Amino acid sequence: MSQETLRIQKISAHAGSIPGEGTQREFQVCKLIDTTTCIGCKACEVACMEWNDLPFGETVFDNTYQTMPETRWNYWNLILFNEHERDDGTLMWLMRKNQCMHCADPGCLDACPSDGAIVQYTNGIVDFQQEHCIGCGYCITGCPFNIPKFNPETKRVYKCTLCADRVGEGLEPACIKSCPTGCLHFGSKDDMKFLAETRAKQLRDHYNFSNAGVYDPPGVGGTGVIYVLHDASEPENYGGLPKNPRVPLTVKLWKGPLKWLGNVAMVGGLIGLFVHYLRFGPKSREEEFEKKHEGEQP
Amino acid sequence: MTNGWVDMKNTDMMLIMGGNPAENHPCGFKWPVEAKRTRNAKMIVVDPRFTRTAAVADLHCQIRAGSDIAFLGGVIRYAIENNRIAKDYLINYTNAAFVVQKDFKMPADLDGVFSGFDATSQTYNKATWNYQGGGGGARKDAVTNYALGAAAHPPSSGTPPTPPLPANVDFDLTLQNPNCVFQLLKKHYSRYTPEMVERITGIPKEQFLKAADLYTSIRKDGDMKKASTIIYAVGWTQHSFGTQIIRTAAILQLVLGNVGRAGGGVNALRGHSNIQGATDMAGLFDNLPGYIKVPTPADTSFDAWMKRITPTPSKPAPWDSFNYYSNTPKFAASYLKALYGDAATKQNGWAFDYLPKVDRNYSWVQMWDDMYNGTVKGMLAFGMNGVAIGPNSKKNIDALKKADFLVVGEIYPDETSEFWKSPGITTDEMKQIQTTVYRLPCAGFAEKDGTFTNSARWVLWKNTAMPMPGDARLDQAIVAQIFLKIRELYKRDGGKFPDPILNLTWNYSNPSSPPLFEVLKEINGKALADLEDPATKQQIKAGQQLPGFAWLKDDGTTSCGNWIYSGCFTEGGNQTSRRDPSDPSGLGVHPGWGWSWPANRRVLYNRASCDVDGKPWDPTRKQVWWNEGQQKWVGNDVPDFKVDSKPKDHMGPFIMNPEGVGRIFAPLAAFADGPFPEHYEPIESPVDNVLHPQQTHNPVVKRFKTPEDKYATPKDGYTVVCTTYRLTELYHYWTKNNPMNVQLIPEPFVEISVEMANEMGFTGGEKIKVSSIRGTYIAKAMVTKRIKPLMIDGKKVYPIGLPIHQGYRGIAEDEGKDARTLANLLTPTVVDPNAYTPEFKGFLVKVEKA
Repeated sequence: MSQETLRIQKISAHAGSIPGEGTQREFQVCKLIDTTTCIGCKACEVACMEWNDLPFGETVFDNTYQTMPETRWNYWNLILFNEHERDDGTLMWLMRKNQCMHCADPGCLDACPSDGAIVQYTNGIVDFQQEHCIGCGYCITGCPFNIPKFNPETKRVYKCTLCADRVGEGLEPACIKSCPTGCLHFGSKDDMKFLAETRAKQLRDHYNFSNAGVYDPPGVGGTGVIYVLHDASEPENYGGLPKNPRVPLTVKLWKGPLKWLGNVAMVGGLIGLFVHYLRFGPKSREEEFEKKHEGEQP
Repeated sequence: MTNGWVDMKNTDMMLIMGGNPAENHPCGFKWPVEAKRTRNAKMIVVDPRFTRTAAVADLHCQIRAGSDIAFLGGVIRYAIENNRIAKDYLINYTNAAFVVQKDFKMPADLDGVFSGFDATSQTYNKATWNYQGGGGGARKDAVTNYALGAAAHPPSSGTPPTPPLPANVDFDLTLQNPNCVFQLLKKHYSRYTPEMVERITGIPKEQFLKAADLYTSIRKDGDMKKASTIIYAVGWTQHSFGTQIIRTAAILQLVLGNVGRAGGGVNALRGHSNIQGATDMAGLFDNLPGYIKVPTPADTSFDAWMKRITPTPSKPAPWDSFNYYSNTPKFAASYLKALYGDAATKQNGWAFDYLPKVDRNYSWVQMWDDMYNGTVKGMLAFGMNGVAIGPNSKKNIDALKKADFLVVGEIYPDETSEFWKSPGITTDEMKQIQTTVYRLPCAGFAEKDGTFTNSARWVLWKNTAMPMPGDARLDQAIVAQIFLKIRELYKRDGGKFPDPILNLTWNYSNPSSPPLFEVLKEINGKALADLEDPATKQQIKAGQQLPGFAWLKDDGTTSCGNWIYSGCFTEGGNQTSRRDPSDPSGLGVHPGWGWSWPANRRVLYNRASCDVDGKPWDPTRKQVWWNEGQQKWVGNDVPDFKVDSKPKDHMGPFIMNPEGVGRIFAPLAAFADGPFPEHYEPIESPVDNVLHPQQTHNPVVKRFKTPEDKYATPKDGYTVVCTTYRLTELYHYWTKNNPMNVQLIPEPFVEISVEMANEMGFTGGEKIKVSSIRGTYIAKAMVTKRIKPLMIDGKKVYPIGLPIHQGYRGIAEDEGKDARTLANLLTPTVVDPNAYTPEFKGFLVKVEKA
């Protein structure tokens, strides 16, 4: 949903230019998640549910503190718990807040064939506009983080909105507000990057985490959600966070060169047809009759 | 807490044991995280499991449940051996230099007990646990002496009266006298070597040394600038030696000079939002509000009672001791005036005869035992699910079956109010139950105003956020109406002794539902006559609220419901509803946010944050200091001290002790089980006590005697060590009624090690059966790396743990989604001999497939 305060910068499957493009500069918002101070309390899970009025779902015990295996159409924010042993044998219990990463180069938006079903605002938030969603599920294929989820009843797809409605009014997202330890931060991308790098350096210098770093993957153009990780060289330990995520090649090809190839093929075909008509004219009935009855006695 | 939540951001080093703050105090935990972020503070977690707190800590040691004293004793030994002690602090602010009587003997000499033990009665004659009287320099005012703590608990008949503390104590400031407290401490913990710690706790020697080195590193070479804190919760208190575990931590903090320091202290994390308020207002049988000791039958008059419980100074002659409890008669008289108004007069000892005289133990577990044995006929339970909270839930259920009546004030039907249809009960049994059960719908926490007192002693007013539903009533309305009815009956019919009921003051604007702010005003106290302070000439008119407890009198001119809360509702208004967030010093004092007892002091014993000359040990964290020009103590926090006492007069910072200094040695009747903490095994233990196998358990701990009070040994087949705990997502027994919480944690589970799962063929998610000698708990197994088997004195021991939150009534329970068993069906009826807290945190079970 678009508001006065949110300006769109990219629209899925849109013909023509973006309204208001380039008329205003806006800084990118960014959510910083410091996994080194997350205590897995799930206040953020609850805040997301409450703010977005998401209905309760069935859950079952699955040998973990994790609420459910992955996000759902009605559960957009999930802490992933992973018991991980370091090289020196000490144990870590990694907790990573998992939700849409709001990529600068969103695979979901690239893959979406429905005009305006997915938009990206100038502040970097990637938002689904369900009224235009046709439920094809291509966005799910396009996402390298396995985030968007399909609701079989409404036949629409849903994900975290980075509380675009709150951000649009100058408020922080609900999850940020609820975090009791202050492990979640919200602000401009530049400020959050600075904060993250400072924290990572503190971990390297004072806390025996020589590989601490910031996760802001370039393969998707950087993300609106960045992590401080104890060990940035092994993001997979944090519940399958992909090391080098990018928009899948098939989507890139399909919406990139293949699309143009398809266009070329289509337009080329039309041109060919026209040229053939110019050169050879329409097919005449006499010719056809003659051809059909060749060799027959009049 | 001696310190506070926000103050934790000032720390350099944290030892978190017997507590899981990330899990159970996530909001308060932001302050330890802040210390890490802003000060590079380090965090050590010592816990039977790798918890959510351990997940953000710098070092985790997995400890066997119940062996905490061994660990802490080992750290004390390490600190002394490596000269990581606060020498000046130790000599001047603690009783380290005090000399103890020669006939005092310790467990090393006596096979596991202190001197004076009587095995038949299982009690100590504590006469030898005393200081040596010193010669010369007797102070004029040290006329008669009373032993603090002799009143700690109602004495059992036949116990000889405890001798007093000497007014003058012999001392040695060089700490060399072999009978001085410091040398005795050193000798006592000399047995707690790293090898011994490994044998008892299961923590490998190298890991223990790493933890000890890290924790004591703040005092390397005696440097005093840094401060470290110890943070604990019920993992410590819920043991048959729980009080002594905390004592060991207190000793360690005194040895390191951390008490009174910003970012230091001994910090208890309370387990409920207002349990601090409950204990402050004497929700305990052996206290009156403000921790005044109850009168016993031996106290024949108010004066006799005061004589017994009011201490006089006991210290080296050249030192000064404020001994603030010397004002006990003022607190007690004012309390009785608050209760009985004009009926309390000097002639009748302030209506002393109206107070019940506490003749024995009436603590929680004892109360259920009394109900089981038929002496307690009925119970009113307000927001207290006694069946679920246990221990030994089955015994509590059976006790209720014998009661005449049960009144439950709750917001949901709970296990207690439905004890008559607990799982396993037959219809025949049900028909036999004669207990009348009344269920009263009460207001939830957001539907009533009043105060909450948090772990940091901050008394905070809360407003009603929403109206009560349906027929629900406020707790105070229910209690008031019961009282008014009883009073009416006594007026009409007379009775054995109606005076205390008829003369109880009840002057509220709405007697049948007293507004709580009026009660808070009563608690603060008011002048009953015109008063004047002789020093400042400040005057107060009769009827005005008192500014603080310094105004309390023992002559009937003041009334006060709780002396430690005096100052919370003054003529200036309700101090507890202040919400000024400013913090000029940046130390997290926030003096205008709520009201902290006592007298709005945020860090207790803060005089000890300065050296003997009154200069702060750390100039970057100045809490209070001596101002030579003004000739008084000033600061960013309210000085917890006599403000005009000059440093050269050497008044001790621990003003609530008769010695004026911190107690490394706790003399006489301060504690039931010893002046120094000693490692004893939990009542159900997988091993004998390595230190002294003939005295494995705490010698004064008694067992209950009904057929349902069974205690197991490994020979009975129970070899697995079990502990119980709580989760962030659930709160005790009521969140199982809330769909949001149930979505987060849908089913009960038991945490077991990967090794146990492999050996016994369990998979994660499979239903398993955990049994103690008392009962059975069935839930799904969570197979985890966060708990590992431990080697205890060469024997492999398997620990497990289980959250307590489910029962036999709730969303999932009512849908038949789990086995409807209670965690506390497993736990033993055994309690700490000082605080009577049950041993929920370490007992024996066996584990099988369900």
